[in-house]
Amino acid sequence: MKKLILIAVVTFLVTGTFAQSEKYMASMKSNIAAIDTSFKNPANLLDLANKFERIATAEKNQWLAYYYAALCQVNYTYMEKDKTKIDAIADKATELINKADALQPNNSEISCIKSMIASSHMMVDPMTRFMEYGPESQSHIDAAMQQDPANPRPEYLKGQGLKYTPEQFGGGCTTAKPVLQSSLEKYNTFVPGSDIHPNWGKQRVEMLIGECK
Amino acid sequence: MKQGLVLLFLILGLVSNAQVKIAGKITDNKGKPVAGVSITLKDSYDGTTSDSLGFYSFATSEKGRFILEASVIGFRPVALEVDLASAPITLNIAMKELVTELKAVVISAGSFVASDKNKGAVLSALDIVTTPSANGDVTSAFNTLPGTQQVGESEGLFVRGGSATESKIYMDGNLVNNFFYSSTPGIATRGRFNPFLFKGTIFSSGGYSALYGQALSSALILESKDLPERTQADLAISVIGVGGGIQHLSKDKRSSWGVSYNYANLWLGFAINKQKQDFYQIPVYHEGDANFRIRTKRGGFIKYYGYISANKTGFRSPDIDSAVLKNAFAIENFNTYQNINWRENFGMGWKLTTGFSFSTNKDDINNELQDADNQRQVITSPSFFAFKNFKLSNKAQYAQVRFVLEKKLNGLNVIRFGSDYFYSREQSTYTLYNGSRFTESVTDNLKSVFAEADIYITNNLAAKAGGRVEHSQIVDKWNVAPRLSLAYKFPDNSQASFAYGLFYQNPERKYLPTVAALDYSRAAHYILQYQKLANDRIFRVEAFYKKYTDLYKTNLSATGREVAVNNNGFGDAKGLELFFRDKKTFKRVDFWISYSYLDTKRDFLNYPKAITPSFAANHTAALVVKKFVLPWKTGFNLSYNFATGRPYYHFAYDNALGKYIIGDAGRTINYNSMSFSVNYLPNLGKTNPKAFIVWVLGVNNVLGQKQVFNYNYNNDGSRKEAVTPPSKRFMFIGCFISFGIDRTQDAINNNL
Repeated sequence: MKKLILIAVVTFLVTGTFAQSEKYMASMKSNIAAIDTSFKNPANLLDLANKFERIATAEKNQWLAYYYAALCQVNYTYMEKDKTKIDAIADKATELINKADALQPNNSEISCIKSMIASSHMMVDPMTRFMEYGPESQSHIDAAMQQDPANPRPEYLKGQGLKYTPEQFGGGCTTAKPVLQSSLEKYNTFVPGSDIHPNWGKQRVEMLIGECK
Repeated sequence: MKQGLVLLFLILGLVSNAQVKIAGKITDNKGKPVAGVSITLKDSYDGTTSDSLGFYSFATSEKGRFILEASVIGFRPVALEVDLASAPITLNIAMKELVTELKAVVISAGSFVASDKNKGAVLSALDIVTTPSANGDVTSAFNTLPGTQQVGESEGLFVRGGSATESKIYMDGNLVNNFFYSSTPGIATRGRFNPFLFKGTIFSSGGYSALYGQALSSALILESKDLPERTQADLAISVIGVGGGIQHLSKDKRSSWGVSYNYANLWLGFAINKQKQDFYQIPVYHEGDANFRIRTKRGGFIKYYGYISANKTGFRSPDIDSAVLKNAFAIENFNTYQNINWRENFGMGWKLTTGFSFSTNKDDINNELQDADNQRQVITSPSFFAFKNFKLSNKAQYAQVRFVLEKKLNGLNVIRFGSDYFYSREQSTYTLYNGSRFTESVTDNLKSVFAEADIYITNNLAAKAGGRVEHSQIVDKWNVAPRLSLAYKFPDNSQASFAYGLFYQNPERKYLPTVAALDYSRAAHYILQYQKLANDRIFRVEAFYKKYTDLYKTNLSATGREVAVNNNGFGDAKGLELFFRDKKTFKRVDFWISYSYLDTKRDFLNYPKAITPSFAANHTAALVVKKFVLPWKTGFNLSYNFATGRPYYHFAYDNALGKYIIGDAGRTINYNSMSFSVNYLPNLGKTNPKAFIVWVLGVNNVLGQKQVFNYNYNNDGSRKEAVTPPSKRFMFIGCFISFGIDRTQDAINNNL
């Protein structure tokens, strides 16, 4: 009988843990799925960022939860129209990505977020902030490419930046297109680490290439 | 037993299915809803985000005691304990706004900030070099801001009815004594330092911080750059000379060093721009500087800047007292300046800033009367003519040590205090027409202690209160100068500020030594400001009242020298100033307008009574417009400066009364000047260019408008002559090349 109770308790505990892990996967999946549609409303993006942060804080050692929380926050800065608010949101994203970085050092995806955050800071006042944040953003892209040459996202970010740079300054479609196409090739062969590993950006790259025809 | 176990699981299952609802409203300390707050049941996935009306609601299956956390950017996080049973919980949460730099009111009365980082900056560092009327001169860009006068005949900042000597310039906290090249009669000189040395500038037209003193009107506070962005070499070629330099950044980006050398020779410049004066010694300047900067482990900095310059000039102009003679003035100057600074963070919110500076200056002036063949006229009888043949040699040494300790308290509250010791020794030798020499020297030891506190009561209300105590050996008295600024932010993010302060200053060197016992001259400032900063637009209006007491009066000494005799001078200044900058209304056009109204009178120096000084115009206005045309890779900058005429006087010495009287007076014509500059960046957009090139073409007073700064009188006041600029226009062409870096991105982002 004692043995039976022990088995029952162990089973209960084990299923409990499995349940926890399943809960993590399920929550992550549903929240990741919601990112694409959240761009229409910044409030939804913030809500998602908060959801990921709750998961991250509860789980404590899941870098992906911090990663997505930071991704949502940095995307939120792109939606924010009041430029005076962007720095604080970007700082929040930095705080989150640094936690991801501590759990998963030298990660290409994390470097991409860092580059995006530097770009956010720069956009607040490009005229005067370029000298500081321009090279910083670029150095994170370079690091991301080095950390995982198969990752399509560093080239996506680079190509996107070039596309929105005027032709007179060496930007525009002519220089952006080869980079974006190289990124797209990588997207076609890219296999994410799991269902919840980063796997975003392909549609956007296709759209950018489409605009360059 | 088995059944019991099943029952236990059953109960557990049931319990975990019963959810508890938690809901409420989140407000700030004023009861306004706070949106976007993350509500978290600690260590669970459960929670939500508050909506635009501050409401939140979520359900959880958790049971027992939990911590509910509410957090959002800009507010202090709140943690509350909740006991989750089965009954729904209603929990309204009040959050306290954090006092943050981003949201807090800026104490701005009296000051203009030019910086790339500071919140509330009115100009960027780049604006100083792209303002055409400024010609790349650090201080001249500030002449397009309200509060300053358009004084073309001499250098310096004339602020709110104050003379140029009432404005002091500081580099990294240390006073810079010979900021401008030595004065030449009727021709304003430039500042010595390259504007690219500085990352930020605060121009205070009044009510400045207790950290600075000895300036009745204004303080210009320059902050040198930290580490350069990268290693680069620069080369400059222009109509006024050539120069080159290197900035080297170490691989670990923790330290840098740099050297540069400039040689200026105005031969070509004067060939293109005909000068009114006959330059028998074309201005020639040799200048070298060196710097190093080290970032310390704790994030502090050690910075050194050293400068050395030798220059000379000499020119003839017709002598006002005769029809045939000429007055020939020549000056040779040698100047050195060294400044070393250390700022360090010591943890627990303590920060130390120390500085040591040492500078020397030597001027050798030779003035003589010459005839039509440029031969020196020897005059032996002691008439006023004879005194035009003289030599003056000035030597000065200055040293300053300074420290400021700063302690950060909660929020943005800061207290800082420190001390300053300034040594100066100035010696002059005056050689008369007959060879007799007079040597005199003035030494001063100026000690000061100061303290200041930044107090943020809320994000909307802040105060800066401080005081300064000084003791100068020359005056041999203590002075106490209180300073106070208040700022209040309105709900629409506009803000009102007030500043008050007492300011003391020693007598000018040239009226010393004297036998009279002197006190400090004194000014009290009262400033009221309203400012609105919104998306690429700045509007500010400022009213001020300045009361001068104990200004120095001068009289002729037994040897015929003008010396300070007492503190019976006085005066006041009041005015209204407007500033508007807009980068938004016209696409890719950035412009600012400033207007100053000034009403001032003073009795000081040899003035017979209280009158409007010759350096004060009633109305002054400036317009600066900048536009960058991308396809042409060219920037166009225009500035227009206007001022109503300034008064001029002839003070005649009445021997019977033993004092000066007004012999003649008048008002100059209005001042108008339009300046224009074009910057062409041919390598813009080239991928990986080897060199980045900027061509600059600048023309001052494009329209050739007539400008009269003042009038000079002959000895008996019977004849006057207009003081006008040395040339009608000045055209500048230059080419600046940087090697080793790609500044394309810089240019792009400067203009998007």
